[in-house]
Amino acid sequence: MAKPTGFLEIERHERGYRKADERIRSFDEFVVPLGDEGVATQATRCMDCGIPFCHTGCPVNNLIPDWNNLVQRGQWQPALRLLHSTNNFPEFTGRICPAPCEAACTLNIDNNPVTIKTVECAIVDKGWEEGWILPQPPARRTGKRVAIVGSGPAGMAAAQQLARAGHGVTVFEKSDRIGGLLRYGIPDFKMAKLLIDRRVAQMTSEGVEFRTGVEVGRDVTLASMRDRYDAVVMAGGAEQPRDLEVPGRALDGIHFAMDFLTQQNKRVAGDSEAVAAPTGTLSARGKQVVVIGGGDTGSDCIGTSIRQGATSVVQLEIMPRPPEQEDKALTWPNWPLKLRTSHAHEEGAERDWAVLTKQAVGVHGRVEALECVRVEWVRGASGRVAMQQVAGSTFRIPADLVLLAMGFTGPVVPGLVEQSGVALDPRGNVAATDHDYRTSEARLFAAGDMRRGQSLVVWAIREGRQCARAVDEALMGRSLLPR
Amino acid sequence: MDMPQRQGLYDPRNEHDACGMGFIANIKGVKSHDTIRRGLQILVNLDHRGAVGADPLVGDGAGCLIQIPDALLRHWAGTHDIVLPPAGRYAVAMCFLPRDAAARATAENLVAQVVQAEGQALLCWRDVPVDTSGLGERVIETMPVIRQAIVACPAAMRDQDAFERKILTIRKQVLNNVRALSAQSHLPGLAELYMPSFSTRTVVYKGLLLAPQVQSFYADLRNPMTQSALALVHQRFSTNTFPSWRLAHPYRFVAHNGEINTVRGNVNWMFARRHAMSSPLLGADLDKMWPLIPHGQSDTACLDNALEILIAGGYSLAHAMMMLIPEAWAGNKLMSPERRAFYEYYAALMEPWDGPAAIAFTDGRQIGATLDRNGLRPARYVITDDDMVILASETGVLPVAEARVVRKWRLQPGRMLLIDLEQGRIIDDAEIKQTLAGEHPYEEWLRATQVKLEDLPNGEEPAAPRDNASQLNLQQAFGYTEEDMQLFLEPMARDGDDPIGSMGTDTPIAVFSRKPKLLYNYFKQNFAQVTNPPIDSTREELVMSLVSMIGPRPNLLGHHAGTHYRLEVAQPILTNGELQKIRRISTQIGGAFRAETIDATWLAAEGEGGMASAVERICREATEAVLAGFNILILSDRAVSAERIPVPALLATAAVHHHLIRQGVRTGTGLVVETGEAREVHHFCALAGYGAEAVNPWLAFETLEQIRVQEGLALSAYEVRKNYIKAIGKGILKVMSKMGISTYQSYCGAQIFDAVGLSTAFIEKCFTGTATTIEGAGMAEIAAETVLRHRQAFGDDLVYRDMLDPGGDYAFRLRGEDHVWSPDTVADLQHAVRGNSQDAYRRFAARINDQGRSDPSGRLLTIRGLMEFRDADRPVPLDEVEPASEIVKRFATGAMSFGSISREAHTTLAIAMNRIGAKSNTGEGGEEADRYVRLPNGDSERSAIKQVASGRFGVTIEYLTNADDIQIKMAQGAKPGEGGQLPGYKVDKNIARVRYATPGVGLISPPPHHDIYSIEDLAQLVHDLKNANPRARISVKLVSEVGVGTVAAGVSKARADHVTISGYEGGTGASPLTSLTHAGSPWEIGLAETQQTLVLNGLRGRIAVQVDGGLRTGRDVVVGALLGADEFGFATAPLIAAGCIMMRKCHLNTCPVGIATQDPVLRRRFTGTPEHVINYLFFVAEEVREIMAKLGFRTVSEMTGRVDRLDMRRALDHWKAAGVDLARILHQVPPRADVAIWNSERQQHHLERAMDVDLIAAAKPALERGERVRISREIRNVHRTVGTMLSGEVAQLRGHAGLPAGTITIALRGTAGQSFGAFLAHGITLDLQGDANDYVGKGLSGGRVVVRQPDGVARDPAQNIIVGNTVLYGAIAGEAHFEGVAGERFAVRNSGAVAVVEGTGDHGCEYMTGGVVLVLGETGRNFAAGMSGGIAYVHDPEGRFATLCNTAQVDLEPVAPEDGDADDAEYPQAEPPSVADNGMGDPLRFDAARLRILVERHARLTGSARATALLTDWPAALGQFVKVMPRDYRRAMQDLRTERAALMVAEQ
Repeated sequence: MAKPTGFLEIERHERGYRKADERIRSFDEFVVPLGDEGVATQATRCMDCGIPFCHTGCPVNNLIPDWNNLVQRGQWQPALRLLHSTNNFPEFTGRICPAPCEAACTLNIDNNPVTIKTVECAIVDKGWEEGWILPQPPARRTGKRVAIVGSGPAGMAAAQQLARAGHGVTVFEKSDRIGGLLRYGIPDFKMAKLLIDRRVAQMTSEGVEFRTGVEVGRDVTLASMRDRYDAVVMAGGAEQPRDLEVPGRALDGIHFAMDFLTQQNKRVAGDSEAVAAPTGTLSARGKQVVVIGGGDTGSDCIGTSIRQGATSVVQLEIMPRPPEQEDKALTWPNWPLKLRTSHAHEEGAERDWAVLTKQAVGVHGRVEALECVRVEWVRGASGRVAMQQVAGSTFRIPADLVLLAMGFTGPVVPGLVEQSGVALDPRGNVAATDHDYRTSEARLFAAGDMRRGQSLVVWAIREGRQCARAVDEALMGRSLLPR
Repeated sequence: MDMPQRQGLYDPRNEHDACGMGFIANIKGVKSHDTIRRGLQILVNLDHRGAVGADPLVGDGAGCLIQIPDALLRHWAGTHDIVLPPAGRYAVAMCFLPRDAAARATAENLVAQVVQAEGQALLCWRDVPVDTSGLGERVIETMPVIRQAIVACPAAMRDQDAFERKILTIRKQVLNNVRALSAQSHLPGLAELYMPSFSTRTVVYKGLLLAPQVQSFYADLRNPMTQSALALVHQRFSTNTFPSWRLAHPYRFVAHNGEINTVRGNVNWMFARRHAMSSPLLGADLDKMWPLIPHGQSDTACLDNALEILIAGGYSLAHAMMMLIPEAWAGNKLMSPERRAFYEYYAALMEPWDGPAAIAFTDGRQIGATLDRNGLRPARYVITDDDMVILASETGVLPVAEARVVRKWRLQPGRMLLIDLEQGRIIDDAEIKQTLAGEHPYEEWLRATQVKLEDLPNGEEPAAPRDNASQLNLQQAFGYTEEDMQLFLEPMARDGDDPIGSMGTDTPIAVFSRKPKLLYNYFKQNFAQVTNPPIDSTREELVMSLVSMIGPRPNLLGHHAGTHYRLEVAQPILTNGELQKIRRISTQIGGAFRAETIDATWLAAEGEGGMASAVERICREATEAVLAGFNILILSDRAVSAERIPVPALLATAAVHHHLIRQGVRTGTGLVVETGEAREVHHFCALAGYGAEAVNPWLAFETLEQIRVQEGLALSAYEVRKNYIKAIGKGILKVMSKMGISTYQSYCGAQIFDAVGLSTAFIEKCFTGTATTIEGAGMAEIAAETVLRHRQAFGDDLVYRDMLDPGGDYAFRLRGEDHVWSPDTVADLQHAVRGNSQDAYRRFAARINDQGRSDPSGRLLTIRGLMEFRDADRPVPLDEVEPASEIVKRFATGAMSFGSISREAHTTLAIAMNRIGAKSNTGEGGEEADRYVRLPNGDSERSAIKQVASGRFGVTIEYLTNADDIQIKMAQGAKPGEGGQLPGYKVDKNIARVRYATPGVGLISPPPHHDIYSIEDLAQLVHDLKNANPRARISVKLVSEVGVGTVAAGVSKARADHVTISGYEGGTGASPLTSLTHAGSPWEIGLAETQQTLVLNGLRGRIAVQVDGGLRTGRDVVVGALLGADEFGFATAPLIAAGCIMMRKCHLNTCPVGIATQDPVLRRRFTGTPEHVINYLFFVAEEVREIMAKLGFRTVSEMTGRVDRLDMRRALDHWKAAGVDLARILHQVPPRADVAIWNSERQQHHLERAMDVDLIAAAKPALERGERVRISREIRNVHRTVGTMLSGEVAQLRGHAGLPAGTITIALRGTAGQSFGAFLAHGITLDLQGDANDYVGKGLSGGRVVVRQPDGVARDPAQNIIVGNTVLYGAIAGEAHFEGVAGERFAVRNSGAVAVVEGTGDHGCEYMTGGVVLVLGETGRNFAAGMSGGIAYVHDPEGRFATLCNTAQVDLEPVAPEDGDADDAEYPQAEPPSVADNGMGDPLRFDAARLRILVERHARLTGSARATALLTDWPAALGQFVKVMPRDYRRAMQDLRTERAALMVAEQ
């Protein structure tokens, strides 16, 4: 039983960060763990609610009060078991998840949620440290073969689950390393890539075969895969970035965020510049950087730019500045729309809201500035909120490097998706329910961003796990894998 | 003539009755007609204890047992040329014969045949002259033909007792044969042949009569030639209105007031003895008598049957009664060893018939009465100087000149009064029992044959479980969950207590769950409500016993005693070592016991189908083992493994138990269960209820050890086991006590459960006799669940590879059980009410309403989820449906006490409900008087419904007059049959003030209302409350269980205006988890049964029916209305609207949203507003309107009871629930034009007959002008609740403060009826010369009650009773002086009154929290149990008191000589200064002064000789007093003093 008065007696205390001016000198992770005792104390704040709203706040439905309870009593190993029972990769989510669980925490009714993410991360980090996390090869093989296209968190989660169920699993990855967006979309200072390698090693021991540098749909046809495998899981992500359709877009110096981030991740991984940037180096060093898009990727661009030595970083967002504090009465336990300040912002970036980019201007084909206008969001007669430009508010921002971080519109269609012939949903994602994950084509499943559209890593893990169960059920008639 | 057939949910076997009974006897055996006349007078004066049904001319039955009127019969014989043998040489069979002539001829023929076959001679038939004038039509329609058959004793048979045995054989055969005969012959009414009596000594005249009609109907009773030395009379109060002649009392030997709770088990056990029973006296005749106790009889009839067979078997009347209803002997240190040995010896022969009972019995030679061990029914008697003894449920039923009375006394718990008419003397309790106990060397016999398990040499611990089955796998095979570990086993191991939780259950019943559930979960515990009281197993521990007898039972009728070995365990949970002792027992005690283990597992390879054959095999092996001479069977699932699946232990146990009963060999063996499955209290209770005499929970022990090591508990393995056994033991006692059962022995096999969701076929096979209402799972589904668990344990399931299932029954878990209140539903509802968003509400309602249809998971949550509406062909337009503002007036919020929730939350609900014309409920914690005044903005914080619960906290006359409804809480959905406890840390100053308690001192609500032990008591409380506030509706809150409809019918007959049927889902601030989950049933079942029963009885129209306990949406409301509810209660949902998030931490005071807490820091977090609650209720009402439109109803009244508009759906796609059938719930009692199906009439309370009408008129000058008034009146027992209506008038005018002291004085002479001076207001004095019945000064609110011996009478007050039981119950303020002895439970739950009495019965000052009690005489046992406040003094010159006092919470102190300074502000004062201050000063000091004031006052007010005597040598007297000081109270008082001192220092 949790300590009933823990939440009254103990203050919320988060993991610390190395100081901004110190941490921006490297691409290393800068989170300072709380230590076992600190984590256990924080876990004591959990009230073990009659309805743990965190359960459903969390997309993988982590059994949060239960492992809080164990950590509190120093039972780290059972806590790890419990954590792994819902989440294949807690070290990923423990670092980069925005933690909707904490938003749903009962103590968030007055802004003091349990530090769930910190506890999660501590449990799994300790597990690796202590050598508790070992391969779990299946006791029996089913003789069935499953191909998984895409090695992001969805593909990896599906692969691990299916391998543990005894199926022969092969993961196809078009890049040179495993991990998808997790590998190249997220800077190392947020999550060290060693973590992915460790999991790949574990999964290899569990019987998963990884094939990198193979793009299904280009290097091999999907048809041939369907011949060779009993089932194919499409987990290729939603990689089609939203573009900035304004005059001057073609100017040099305007790039998609992913192109920029991938290069830096490869450099950190030790790749030569030729390998890291085959189409030419993108660097923020000495530049005035403008990031368009106010989300997590935008933040990653900021942190990377600052570490590369940008002279200034400005982030633009088309939506109005959200309130500092949501209306709890009407939002909790749901995910609130509110002003979020990331670590990257603390490292030195300006933010501007309700700004629409009208055009990019430059000389000699290089971008020099962005011309923007302020916008208002007005509720129309139909009840719909629409954007209106504010007359006379046009202004310019100097820009040497413009990074487009406005999200993704859906999966890339040419290649795999096109070849597969699967039906798409109205939003352009591969159509399948989150119940059976079946596409319109037989033995072809879809999971992760490819099915649900751009989302969080934690959602990808959920999709991967649930899809694995659906595949297992389809292959074997019944499944013991948890959903 | 009989009750209606079982239909829908109505089942005649649930009928209850209770009543008034009495007798008059001439000690010397002198017969007279006058005795009969006076006996019948008793009956008439007990009239108010009976009831009339829908038709005022139809009573529930009454009757009279007298000695055979030989003179009358001889005279009659003379006129008919019949030669009657001498008295005693002939028997009279009183017969109720069929009305149909042919049937009657057959019946008479049958009697004649059997008489002849048994070698006796039927002399003649005599028509019993009757007069039907004044009888109701329905009574006459059902009246049998009444004739007496006279049978002569053959000359050869010299012994009258032998002849009695013979006629018993005849009667049994006639009645057993008539059933078979009527089935063959189809003659109308043949089965109704009945013999009220058949004896050479007595004859019973009874019928479906009102009390005064007994005399007018039976001419014999008016005939002066009819003479008897005794008359035993009885007036029945039944819960039904079905005319039944045979159910009237007296029976052949007994008349009974009360209830036998264990009757199901008792009857089963009697049956189980068939092959083990033989009698040298009865010989071959015994075999002809089976079944000794036929099915379908009332509990009293069963008891009568048991008694007659014991008597026939050679036991004396008194002896037999002591066997059937033994006093509490185990652990009674005051009882002589011989007597204890007597009881202990017979405990192995006969399991107690347990329950509240005052039983009068006679065989015509002796007459007597006895009380159950708890003394839960009253019986008062007087002895006169002309050798008459008059005993009755009340005193004063037969006016006797005070001067003629030699003694007035009462029956005490477990005691017996016996009058031997042949010896011509009264044999008192001690003599009877000493004589019987001394008849045989019982102690020696016991020493020789009694084997206590603890005395046997130690057994070896069994080997560890086999290698291939890890602990986890075993736990999974038995369905262990994480919650079992964390919520049950660990806390039990740590603390030794059954764990506590809060809020209600919102999970599906077992059959609807998508998860495998243990079989135990299909069984819901029964509990006592209204018709009998639950017991407080903690505070009244002295009557409780967990002793279990294992092994064969001796021949009940064998008198060759002293040779039969018996094995006894102190409690039924066996450690592994103890089980080993039993296993090896055959090598000891000369082989008296032989134990055989039967494997209760089956081969996994056989799959689900294997279980049924395994059960067959186990039963077969059990029979074989018994026949082979094994007399202890151990059903074991130790063999569980990957290859073997355990049969659910409950199934194996019940199947074997019933199989052996059917074979008639059950008493030949003991039944022990060795199982890995049982772990929580409910499991052990279920096993016990279905026959397990002891249980070894081996896996629970292993798991405890695992927890001990893993959690690093600072306890040894032994301590952990001990704690666990202690926790389970306490839990079992609590479950037993909920039903009012005190001993494990009588609980064992008593089947005190309802099945919910099991098929009839399955129940009949293995759980014979258990009620099941909605059908459901059977052998196949239970097998599927069992196999699934096994597969999870031993299969490849990844989730279960290294962890247990989360459970999720007690808190929401995503992979756990489904809950109605989920993150989604709570969020949607809160967003809806805060944003006034209809859309969010619709989302909320859809999630709850659409079960198993739109939800792809097919989850089912509630029974109503399977119901469908039959829409009208032509819907009505929505705007023609009555507006939501009308509908919400039918809504009420549930009872939540101020104390369990914060003032903020409590007033928010009240304001919301008052604004919309609905009603909020105080709960049981009283209400702050400032809430009676409107707020400046016009809002009112006053709760319209005032609850009266067992604790009576804050129930003053002022509180009652401020009510629209007064609700008597009989039970609460979350914990029916239990009391409550508010821990000291929750009793802050405010709470203490409204509850009239002391801050920091914990408060206990007793499990029963101590003024409601039966249905007629409830009628009395209804009457009391109606007197207190004639404008208020009186409501009774009941909890759904099988039989609740019958209780509701009784409630309607008890003249309640309103009844609430609560579902088991209802919430609570704190309750044992066992009760939260396993007691009570869903409201659909209880409501439907209530509606059906009320309509069937014609009682529906006069009572409003409310349903609550898990109502959440408009659809729920409509279902409720169609099933028969007029009104609707909501509790959890409005709380959620106000911000509750179902933390389920109410019991910890840590509610993070400021609702269920008194912590000021947390209370500030409360954000709820009345608007939130109002929005919610209007959303609900609008949803109701939309559905009504589709159904074609314009008003809720039109819709009420229209069950024909509900349909059911089969849960065909559900793996277990496909068999669920709601047909019985949806049964419609055929409508009759003259029978209302909704609340359209009013109850008749007859307040105009109350003496207070006259008193109010006489007191007018005082009420209007404050003038002093003195009134003198004569009073009789029929004058009940005197002074209460007058007090209501005072409180309305003057509030709690009342009138100045001494304003109204009412001088009375005679015997007061019940509830004399109830809720008496300040300023009124009742001064009674004479005596009074039960409940004197109940809820005393400042008035003064004096009851004293009449002037000129010189009986010793210490030897004479002057007031009855439960005096000053819940008294708040005021004073009382009684010159004489009071009955049991004097000053129970007193919170402020000052009382002096000259002796008390058992349980004096129980649960007392304040006030001062002085006892100038002896007390009974268990004084001060649960006493947490106030002080008491006992005059104890002989130093006996210490042995009588329960010192669990109190210290006994000597009284110091005079001390202190009379000028001290805290010094006691001669007269109380105000209603708020009793003037008794600082309870920690000034004892001598306080005593002196009290004794002087007592002497002055009563003229007490004893008080005067004490005062003459005061210094000597002072040394003879003992002070009773509750420890908590002392601590709180010291704290208060320190605080005050600190405050004074600070001020200086």
